[in-house]
Amino acid sequence: MSFLDVENLTLRIVRGPRILRAVSLSVDQGEVRGLVGESGAGKSMIGKAILGTLPRAIEVVSGRIRLDGTDLQTLSARERRRQIGAQVALIPQDPLTALNPVRRVGPQITNRLVDILGWSKDNAQARALELLDEVHIPDPARVMRAYPHELSGGMRQRILIASAFAAEPKLIIADEPTTALDVTVQKQILRLIKNMQAKHNTALLFVTHDLGVVSKICQSLSVLYAGKVIEDTDTRRFFAGPGHAYSQALLHATPKYTDPDDSLTPVPQQVIDAVEAEVAEFDKGLGA
Amino acid sequence: MHDARSTMRRPIGLRLWLSGGWVTLLVLGAIFAPLIAPHDPLYQDLFAGRMPPVWVDGADPNFLLGTDSLGRDVLSRILYGARLALTVALVAGVLTCLIGATLGLIAGYYRGWVDMVISRLVDIWMAFPPVLFAILLIAVLGTGLTSIIIAIVVIDWTRFARVVRAEAMTQGTMDYVASAQVAGRTRFGTMLTEILPNVLPTILALLTLEMGIAVIVEAILSFVNLSISTDAPTWGGMIAEGRTSVHQAWWVLVFPLITLFLTVLSFSQLGEGLKDYFDPVLR
Amino acid sequence: MLLMRSILARLVATCVTLFGAAVIVFFVIRVVPGNPIAMMLPPGATEDDIARLQALYGLDKSIFEQFVIWLGGVVQGDFGTSISLRQPVLDLVLGRLPATLELSIMALVIAVIIGGAMALTGTLRRETRTEAAIDVTGGMALSVPDFLWGLVLILLFGVLWPVFHISGRVSPSLDFDFATQFYLFESVLRLRFDVWADLVSHMFMPALALAIPLAAIIAQLLKQSLKETMHLDYVTLARTKGYPEASVITREALPNAVLPTLTLIGVQFTFLIGGTVIIERLFSYEGLGNMAIDAVINRDLPLIQGIVILFALIFTVVNLVVDMTYAALNPRLRHA
Ligand SMILES: Nc1ncnc2c1ncn2[C@@H]1O[C@H](COP(=O)(O)OP(=O)(O)O)[C@@H](O)[C@H]1O
Ligand SMILES: [Mg+2]
Repeated sequence: MSFLDVENLTLRIVRGPRILRAVSLSVDQGEVRGLVGESGAGKSMIGKAILGTLPRAIEVVSGRIRLDGTDLQTLSARERRRQIGAQVALIPQDPLTALNPVRRVGPQITNRLVDILGWSKDNAQARALELLDEVHIPDPARVMRAYPHELSGGMRQRILIASAFAAEPKLIIADEPTTALDVTVQKQILRLIKNMQAKHNTALLFVTHDLGVVSKICQSLSVLYAGKVIEDTDTRRFFAGPGHAYSQALLHATPKYTDPDDSLTPVPQQVIDAVEAEVAEFDKGLGA
Repeated sequence: MHDARSTMRRPIGLRLWLSGGWVTLLVLGAIFAPLIAPHDPLYQDLFAGRMPPVWVDGADPNFLLGTDSLGRDVLSRILYGARLALTVALVAGVLTCLIGATLGLIAGYYRGWVDMVISRLVDIWMAFPPVLFAILLIAVLGTGLTSIIIAIVVIDWTRFARVVRAEAMTQGTMDYVASAQVAGRTRFGTMLTEILPNVLPTILALLTLEMGIAVIVEAILSFVNLSISTDAPTWGGMIAEGRTSVHQAWWVLVFPLITLFLTVLSFSQLGEGLKDYFDPVLR
Repeated sequence: MLLMRSILARLVATCVTLFGAAVIVFFVIRVVPGNPIAMMLPPGATEDDIARLQALYGLDKSIFEQFVIWLGGVVQGDFGTSISLRQPVLDLVLGRLPATLELSIMALVIAVIIGGAMALTGTLRRETRTEAAIDVTGGMALSVPDFLWGLVLILLFGVLWPVFHISGRVSPSLDFDFATQFYLFESVLRLRFDVWADLVSHMFMPALALAIPLAAIIAQLLKQSLKETMHLDYVTLARTKGYPEASVITREALPNAVLPTLTLIGVQFTFLIGGTVIIERLFSYEGLGNMAIDAVINRDLPLIQGIVILFALIFTVVNLVVDMTYAALNPRLRHA
């Protein structure tokens, strides 16, 4: 059994349309799974469902999320949140808004260790310094005392990565962690996340819409369209030749993996029509 | 997709009906006070002092809501008191609105030195405790209806000036104002035809709020015995008397207080309701 | 540097406002009909006596001369002599100021506690019946001014269920000599908690009456600000760290939501202090406001001037303090 097991997860807007359609996916310890799909496909919703941070407007219709064998739905809300805090960490999309502007950086890294995991202040402090060093932040002691607005976006994302790994979580969910950054910084951050993951042997669910990134860091991937998993395969097989027509089209729509001189090939209309038909078929089966 | 805003719309109907209903009732009571009041509000019957309301033991059924220490009928005094309260609300409210809104409109639209002078004045006004200012003005002007109205206008014009100035300022920067200017309208004309209609809803809502405030200020002035002549029926005067005899005759305080409370609440709810009604975001 | 300059600008503006207030009060009250001097003297006093007394209070000079003399005195801390109480205005006013300050601050504390609790509960239970109930209660509390709340409290807790005092500042039967005018403060310092309890039971009703509208405003503004903050990424991140919702609100959202609320509360606090004038009268509380009303009724020009200027000074200082607190609490400004 994998560390994270999502089974047949279906979400919808309260009294509204479905957002996820019987999504199943799993991530093993040490595994990096890519989660790809166009914007609005529901990638972030999967992460939020796991973390328990779904917007109020969205409800779970059915499905099960298991963490290390424990069904999260069987826990009380409070206990569930504690478990998530102890075992799962999030690397958010936008480092500029993910740090509290009125608090210094240091406590924002150490607070989980002290408040949730019960570490002593000194241990947490030492751990934070160590992690900041690991993510290549110069002069960590000074950065710990800084306010977020005094630091660049790249620095802040490094801090958030350090903060995520500090508690030795079993699973990290990274939701497009580089999209908000400069292109030059993106590569460094990507490499950093990969290195940290390998070093700490963490399970990583990596949300992205960029297949190029997937080819570099993921062992397996799930392709999502309209909240439905279209394909679940390992990376090598995928890039050798994906099984689903939509995945093939998606691969061709990604510039670097066809001829670089070729102009972008958009996903052809008949492919889209075909997936849409699949989604409609699925919905009909559920009587919606 | 359904519009999330439609579910946010507040139930303004009930609020407007209840508060509007109370104000209407009060207006009718004030107009027809001579017909419906069971007694002369000034008539003293020292043998019938501090009679409790009819449903309490030892009451005289002639006095529905009881009598005060001088034996004057509480209900009749409340009805006649409504005349003064509503006159003050209407006249002081409208005058305050006219003066404050005009100054605010000019300051917000013309900007420059006019704005500077008016804004400075508003700042100075904000440094006075309004109740003390009102009492001081009554001391200067002497008691009486005109003095009360003047005092309210003088202390409260800033409320309109502040809000209307800010609104006129935002309206003034909008494109349609610029296009009206290009079309050759004068500045003054633009202010009246383009700016004023857009701030009018705010002004109306504020006017309703101001009427409630005027009622309160009048009550406070009567309470410290600085309103009109001392034995004239005023809610504030009744409350002042009720306050001193609250342990012996609670009804002398309770009934005018309930009336005043509902009146102030109604004006304020009417104002809030109008604000929501006109607010384009909530509509 | 920027901060220093903006504080300096505020100080200058404050002085202009105070001067304007002084001018207005001075000239408005000189129009008072009736001769305050004649009221002081026994019947049958001669024209000569009146003239002598007028000269004593400087009332024989022209208004402008009087103003210059008065202003000159004020700058040196001399506010003249009260006509009705025949004592230096400054002593009288400073003697009453502590009572009003204690009342206002107690009201502020009550308002912050009630309003803060309403805002936090409303945020924790957002989009439920609880929040709706809080909104309705707050709307009503806001629609009705402190004067009426005072009367309601008198009826409820003074008559119907008499648990609090509704008149005065301290029980006359109390055997205790105060060394200062800060009764509440002093009773704590001298560890006389019986005295403290007596004071609180006198002050609680007027303070609550003053606090109710402000509490409603705090609840409204803070809740709105909190709810906006609850959507932000760092709040979500705190949730994933394992904090229960209540601590997410108090630890992450609250410090950010407080800032925008603070400036608005400053202005509202000056309204609260203005409200003490009538509330002190209503509860026969011997503070500045009560003295002010007596001064107006007695046509005591020097005393009225002194009190109004003091109020204006308090108002402007409160606004200044709020602005500076805002700057001090906001790290972006602090390090600018
Ligand atoms: N707060 C919300 N309320 C209702 N619908 C939402 C909300 N947030 C996102 N959605 C919808 O959920 C779907 C999936 O969104 P998301 O998971 O953010 O997509 P992405 O794959 O780009 O991360 C989208 O269609 C979006 O419109
Ligand atoms: Mg997303």
